[in-house]
This record gives sequence, C-alpha cells and structure tokens, in this order.
Amino acid sequence: MTERILAGQYFMNGDEACAEGAVAAGCGLFAGYPITPQSEIAERIAIRLPQVGGVFIQMEDEISSMATILGGTWGGLKTMTATSGPGFSLMVENFGLGVMTETPCVVVNIQRGGPSTGLPTLVGQADMMQARWGSHGDYGVIALSPCSPQESFELTIKAFNLAERYRLPVLVMSDEVVGHMYERVVIDPARIEIVERRAPHLPPDEFLLYQPGEDLVPQGLPIFGDGYRVHVTGLTHDERGYPVIDAETQHRLVTRLKEKIVRNADDIIEVEEIDLDEAEVVLVAYGISARTSLGALRDAQAKGLRVGMLRLITVWPFPEKIIRSLADRVAGFVVPEINLGQIVLEVERLACGKAAVRSVPHAGGDIHRPEQIVSAIEEVVRDAS
Amino acid sequence: MLRKSTVLPQPELLTEAVHPMRRYLRTDRLPHIWCSGCGLGTALSCFTFALDELRLEEQDVAVVSGIGCTGRIAGYLNLDSYHTTHGRAIPFATGLAVAQPEKKVVVFSGDGDLFAIGGNHFIHAARRNIDLSVFCVNNFNYGMTGGQFGPTTPIGALGTTAPYGNYENPFNLPYLAASSGAVYVARWTTLDVRRLKQSMIEAIEKPGFTFVEIISPCPTNYGRRNRLGDGLNEMRYYAERSIIQHGADPKKANLYPGSDIVVGRFVEEERPTFLEQYKAQIVEKQHFRPPNGKEPS
Repeated sequence: MTERILAGQYFMNGDEACAEGAVAAGCGLFAGYPITPQSEIAERIAIRLPQVGGVFIQMEDEISSMATILGGTWGGLKTMTATSGPGFSLMVENFGLGVMTETPCVVVNIQRGGPSTGLPTLVGQADMMQARWGSHGDYGVIALSPCSPQESFELTIKAFNLAERYRLPVLVMSDEVVGHMYERVVIDPARIEIVERRAPHLPPDEFLLYQPGEDLVPQGLPIFGDGYRVHVTGLTHDERGYPVIDAETQHRLVTRLKEKIVRNADDIIEVEEIDLDEAEVVLVAYGISARTSLGALRDAQAKGLRVGMLRLITVWPFPEKIIRSLADRVAGFVVPEINLGQIVLEVERLACGKAAVRSVPHAGGDIHRPEQIVSAIEEVVRDAS
Repeated sequence: MLRKSTVLPQPELLTEAVHPMRRYLRTDRLPHIWCSGCGLGTALSCFTFALDELRLEEQDVAVVSGIGCTGRIAGYLNLDSYHTTHGRAIPFATGLAVAQPEKKVVVFSGDGDLFAIGGNHFIHAARRNIDLSVFCVNNFNYGMTGGQFGPTTPIGALGTTAPYGNYENPFNLPYLAASSGAVYVARWTTLDVRRLKQSMIEAIEKPGFTFVEIISPCPTNYGRRNRLGDGLNEMRYYAERSIIQHGADPKKANLYPGSDIVVGRFVEEERPTFLEQYKAQIVEKQHFRPPNGKEPS
C-alpha cells in the first residue's frame, strides 16, 4: 500500500489533481461512468484507490454511480463520483436523495458545452444554475469552483471536509480547461487539513438520526452495523428518520435543509479579493474564466482603469454580503462566464440597481479573449462618467 | 353512477397480541399501510423468521428498498434500513455492500421498481456478482400508484393503463436473473411460507448475487381488476397452479394467463463475488509506479 498523500511537486492536470485530492481526503469508494472530459479522474483514481485499500467501481450509468456513493457513505466510507454535463443531468435524481438524507459525499462536474451532448471535448460553464437547482424541491447546496490544477487538488479536499461538516453532497464545479490544463501541483502534507466524520454523540436508545445541533446540522452519522438501526428515507421524515407525510413536518425539514447552508454561509464561503480597495469596476469570475479575467484585469489596469476582481472559490452559497457591500461603492460589475449569463443574475439581484452589471457571455467551446473583458470594463467606466 | 358507501364496523384490535419476531420489527410504526389480503406482510414475516433461523443479530443485516408498496418494507424492519429512490435500491445497496463486506445486505423491492425503472441496475449487479440478496415481491402491477400494468403483467391482463388488456410481453424474472449471472435463483408464492423462508436463508447465506421472486396477491388492484377475487381467492388461484420443480430450466418458468406457475430453486452455482475478483486482480496485477515527485521546498 502506498501513501494517501503523495507529498511532492508534480506536473499534472486538473482532473488528476482532483483524483489525488480525493485520495488525500480519505476517499474510500469512487463510483463513476466514463465521460469526457472527466475520464482522467476515474482513470487516476482507478490506479490510486486500490493502493490505499479503497474500492473503485465503474457503474452502468451515472444514476447508479450517484446511488452507489450514497450507499457507500452509510456503509462508513468517504465517497465521490465525477462526471460532465450529460452525466450530471442523470445524477441530479440521487443528488436529491443525498440532500434529503443528509449524506456526505463529493460530486465533481468537469463542465463541457451543452445542452444535451453539446461539445463533449470543449469547455463550458453552463451547469452553474443546474448545480444550484438541478434536483426537484427546495434545498441548499455547496459548490466550489477551482481555477487551476493546484486548486483542483485543494478544493476537492475542501469539498470532502464541507460534506462531512454540513452533511450533504458537495459539488466541485470545474470545467474542461481546468480539468485538462497541466500545471505544477504542490502536495504538502503540512497544508492539508482533513475533517473526519462525526460519530453519534449519544447511545442508540437516546439518539435521533436527524436531530440538529444549533448549527442546524444533524449530530453524527451512524454507519451500517454500529447498532443504531437507522431508518433513512427520501420521504419527508421526522427527527427519528421516520416518514411523516404532512405540511408541518415538510416545513420543518425542508426549511432546515435550506437554512443550514444560509446560516453557516460565512463559514462556508471563500473568495479571493484582488485589488478591490481602489476598484471602480469589479470583475466577478470563477473557474477558468477567473484566469482569463486576471489577464484582462492587468491589461485594463495598464490602461489606467481602476479594476479589481472578486474570484468566487465558493459559488454556492453565493457570497451575497460582499456583492451587496461592493454595490454601494463601485460603478459596476463585469461578469465573464462561459454561459449565456447565469451567475450574472445573482450579481444583478444583489446589486439592486445601485451599480451597473454587465455580462460577458460566451456560449462555450472556447474561453474568453481578454480583450472582450477589457472592452466590457471600458464600457462600464464610460457609462458611469 | 355513485353508490352510497357503507361504513364497515371497526375490526376488534387484539391489544395483547405480539408478533413472535418483534425484535426485528419497528413495532412503533405498525399498523402497516398494506391492504388486507396483500402478500407483503407474509413476505416480511418470512424474512424475519429467516433472520431468526440464521441467528443474525440486528446490526449484521441491512435492508434496502426502492419505491412502491414493497419499498415500504424497509421502514417496518428494526434493522439499518434504507428507503431509496425509485429503481435505485440495488446501486445504493452496492455501495453499502462493498463498504461492509462482512455484513449482509438485502434488497427488498417490487417488480416495477426492480425490473422497469431499475432493470439495468439489476442485470449489472448480477453480472458483477455483487454480494447482495434481492427479494422481489411480484404482484404483476404497480399497486401503489393504482394498478397500472408493468414489466411482469401477463399478456391480456387488465390494468388501469391497460384498459383493453396488456399487449406487452412480460419478463420471466428467474430466466433474466439466471442469464445475467445470479448464483442463486428461486421462486415461490406467498403461500409457500416455509419454502420461501428456507430460500431466503439459502440466498442470504450464499455469497454473491442471489435472487428470490415472491409471487404475491394484490387483491385491491390486480386481483379485483382481473376477476381473481379477494386475497384468499388469489392465493387459491396461485396454489392450484403452482408446481414445484427444483432445478427447472428458468427459461421454461415463464408465466402466461392460465399457465402453471413453476416454483422452486432453479439455480445454485459458485462464482467469485465482485470483491473477491477485485482483490484477486489487485494483489496479482498491481503495478504501481510512484510518480517522480520530490519533497516540497
């Protein structure tokens, strides 16, 4: 058996780094189905998991992949699946079961161009709203968006930690360019923090499966065979886990599923602030679009424009407070994303008309050219003066 | 034309009565939701007697169900029990089984759940020989949603979505299981309580993917619509037509209106399980080349 954390410096792509992040985080079961452009994750983890005593299983589809990792979690393992757009559409069914049963696991989406089969080998970022609302019903989600192979490694570990902390499937919303981009990845064990699963804090006869703590998160997850004899159901259920089909129980459960994310948003959200103090225009970007935006930011600054950037590392829950406070003092926001305008809708909602909001849309298949973003910045500056 | 309904007198509740296998039941969830005359209570009872005979402790066995009338079985068992999405009990159970290989995982679900929406998962889990026991309660229709025809409804039988009679060929479940790779295949009706219990014991004890079809009356939806009478009459119908043929060719066990119902233990064979094969391949063939890494500076 080799080590879970392969300390060292590597030249690897975002997909491989994601797989290494999963192994480092303690993943014991990966279930997936081949799909471009995520296949390198499955291929890497198929080598690595058996070396550390884990199980890799290639399923018959993405529906079963998602269901299998939920079962693996209740069996006591940390679990992950990875896919791209069409597979993500199949996963949202049991993603909902994971949300409803508060099952920690990680779901990676290496986004490609859609809808449908779309652009199998080319980039897109058009699944961001699907990540938020894909499964039917109301609930809160956590989605992270890496912009480099290094961050693919780090955010995959963070996704495992957040899943355990907040008891839900956590999304890593990467994209084809980040997934296939080769860069230096430094794996330093001293910088890796792992959150372990919380065991039940009470003996079986006193324990309630879904009794929340003050943070609204259930306290401890009994695994199959611990003697807790849990009942886990996708039906609306009470704190024992028993199905109760009425409006009152529905209100209590579903409100908590949403509020446990809202109330803990400050602890969950991570953003990178670049030159925001003096900024007149703020770029809001994530994933590969944050890398192109960084080039545009430097070009615009070289032209004497006062530009900053808010890079969304956490996309869901959305960093509402910071957008609201920026809207009070900046002229406008520019939002480049490889879709026809999804996250920009959140920025518009929070800017409340106090600052201009300009989308830089892209239908997918390619990344933005920095000039497109610079000219959007210039237009916002011109309109403001 | 609406008829005036008659209010039936409440049946007398026997408050002192206790189920002999109550240690395996969530008695605080009873009474169950199933109709009178349904075979699910019998199937559940047989299962608890099988657990007792196997001397399995409550924490050593988990039950996973999908959606439908049979899907509710998980909720009445005082075991680790998982009531999943429609058709996905088998993949969920796959994750549970590979995570806890020393324990027993049983999938209990209906014909629609396992063979329509979940059909693909069934054949692949059988092919992989995942260490699961799958008990399918076959009532020939979708009972919970009101009696629609399904993947096991015999040709010509009536359903709410087959008002002129079913025109689709049904699956022969033992044949499907056997040809997909199940290492144990049996079929019984809910009248065969001791034989059914014995098959459940054999299926649970046997490593690998094992399958038992349980033919059950559904008087409310299937029986009533197809003139089979109440639950007792539907059982009588099955009893008159059942023929025990251990070792019968599963291909010849198909059901059609008026046919005999061949029951028995059809398949019992040895094949390494998914995890046994997995471990064998890895021990023999692991050829890990450490990446050319160096310590971070």
